Amino acid sequence: MPVDIDIAHVARLARLALDDSELEIYRRQLSQILEHAAKVQSVATDDTAPTAHPLGLTNSFRSDVVQPSLDRDEVLSQAPESQDGYFVVPPALEVDG
Amino acid sequence: MSLADLTIVEAGRRLEAGEITSVDLTEAVLERATMTEAQLHCYLTIDRDGALESAAASDERRSQGRALGPLDGIPVALKDNMCTRGVETTAASQILAGWVPPYDAHVVERLREAGAVLVGKTNLDEFAMGSSTENSAYGPTRNPWDTDRVPGGSSGGSAAAVAAGSALGSLGSDTGGSIRQPAALCGVVGVKPTYGRVSRYGLIAFASSLDQIGPLARSVDDARLLLETIWGHDPRDATSYPGEYPSLAAALDRGVGGMRIGVVEEFGGEGYEKAVEAAVSATIERLAGAGAEIVEVSIPTAQVALSAYYLIAPAEASANLARFDGVRYGNRVPGDTTEEMMARTRAAGFGPEVKRRILLGTYALSAGYYDAFYGKAQQVRTRLIQEFRAAYETADVLISPTSPTVAFELGARVDDPLSMYLSDVCTLPVNLTGDPAISVPVGTDDAGLPIGLQVMAPALGEEQMFCVAAEVERLAAFDARPPLGDAS
Repeated sequence: MPVDIDIAHVARLARLALDDSELEIYRRQLSQILEHAAKVQSVATDDTAPTAHPLGLTNSFRSDVVQPSLDRDEVLSQAPESQDGYFVVPPALEVDG
Repeated sequence: MSLADLTIVEAGRRLEAGEITSVDLTEAVLERATMTEAQLHCYLTIDRDGALESAAASDERRSQGRALGPLDGIPVALKDNMCTRGVETTAASQILAGWVPPYDAHVVERLREAGAVLVGKTNLDEFAMGSSTENSAYGPTRNPWDTDRVPGGSSGGSAAAVAAGSALGSLGSDTGGSIRQPAALCGVVGVKPTYGRVSRYGLIAFASSLDQIGPLARSVDDARLLLETIWGHDPRDATSYPGEYPSLAAALDRGVGGMRIGVVEEFGGEGYEKAVEAAVSATIERLAGAGAEIVEVSIPTAQVALSAYYLIAPAEASANLARFDGVRYGNRVPGDTTEEMMARTRAAGFGPEVKRRILLGTYALSAGYYDAFYGKAQQVRTRLIQEFRAAYETADVLISPTSPTVAFELGARVDDPLSMYLSDVCTLPVNLTGDPAISVPVGTDDAGLPIGLQVMAPALGEEQMFCVAAEVERLAAFDARPPLGDAS
């Protein structure tokens, strides 16, 4: 059963700016891969819990002790743009007027 | 024979005896890299100066009687998805070109503390997504046994470097077979430890519930030594295993007398090369001759493991790779808004396979499809764990081919994602279960290309896994070398 995908919507969710020809290639490939992946639906799992950690570890906390952090200047030196100890990005909100 | 072709254990013995120095050893390895890199491209970065400095410091320690242990002065390589403070780390992606991490990964700290000489950062499929190292943004690595063929992947650079002698051992990461499959295709040993045994702190994440770091080496004992150096509980990785970490050395000499070795029925047949099946069958016969009891086991859900894997791994990848957004590190393509900047940065910075998996994972997690795909795949995973557990009631370890085929030619599977994904059909089930597995070279096909055999063990069962792997190594007596090694 071919899987129908709204690939433009998925690309928007994934923050990938793709042109129409790329979208078409990925739509076709994903449809093919998902057709294969849909085989998981053939396994009866009604009474089966999902697995997240293979050894079943949960709530692993380290002790609440102050540790040294990364050096701020060293971290910011690797950012595309920074100013006054902050990362700088283009406007994130649209402003009217 | 060049010093670059020694095992870690033998090099360590000679260092200890004062027959050679770490600088001798490191220079031999760097010389081998100089000779082979133009053809093989195992490395993305070679830290020549740093390596020679570490080697000299190691020799100084040793001369003062303060050697740090069996890895002190041994040249090793790191897959370039492990953070190294002060040394560029790219995950073979354009989006991280030029990035210099401000910290070391846990495994890098461990190797430095052990005195190992870090030669450089090895090539991989971008963000470890692939089975051939052809998805690197910086060009493919080639197989030292036949340079028209791939080394496997995604840890192809780490496997090829060990095979070619441009490192004595290396670390890789294994999400669906990315250590074991290239180890098999390059004729070296590769280990995926039990999930949680090796801290993922500082490993650039692909699929967090599957990723595990492990060693590649020229012998089972070398792999054991590297593993014992890097494993252990680390509070910085919330999935790190807090229990016991046994010493493994004694297990290697124990032999397989009385052990029950299970042959998995589903790992064979259509799609498996005859030479691969023959080499595995021959080893099984020898194991029986060495006193093991051979039993047949069935893991029916293994046949849909690939499907579950290609939902779970991309889903986790789509979440993990959201952090590469042009804000805190890596490269940026400008845009008028943050969203536009991010979408352009990611479109320009990621290669096609990474985009494909991000889109696949985003779809599998998106509203309305979660239960049918990701949720269902996580349930299949539980089923698979139950079936493996049942198999381990009748067998102490399980064996199979590591890869259905020997190394394939460059370009042969690039345009067909599904056929590439099938490369991992024997290896990825234990990433889903979390169990440990090792690949050991057991022979070659008619063209002289290496064949690997996989030994799988129950979770935390590294002792019995190494016990059987060491016996497989003795019985197979694999001593072929890639043709490039003869040139020196």
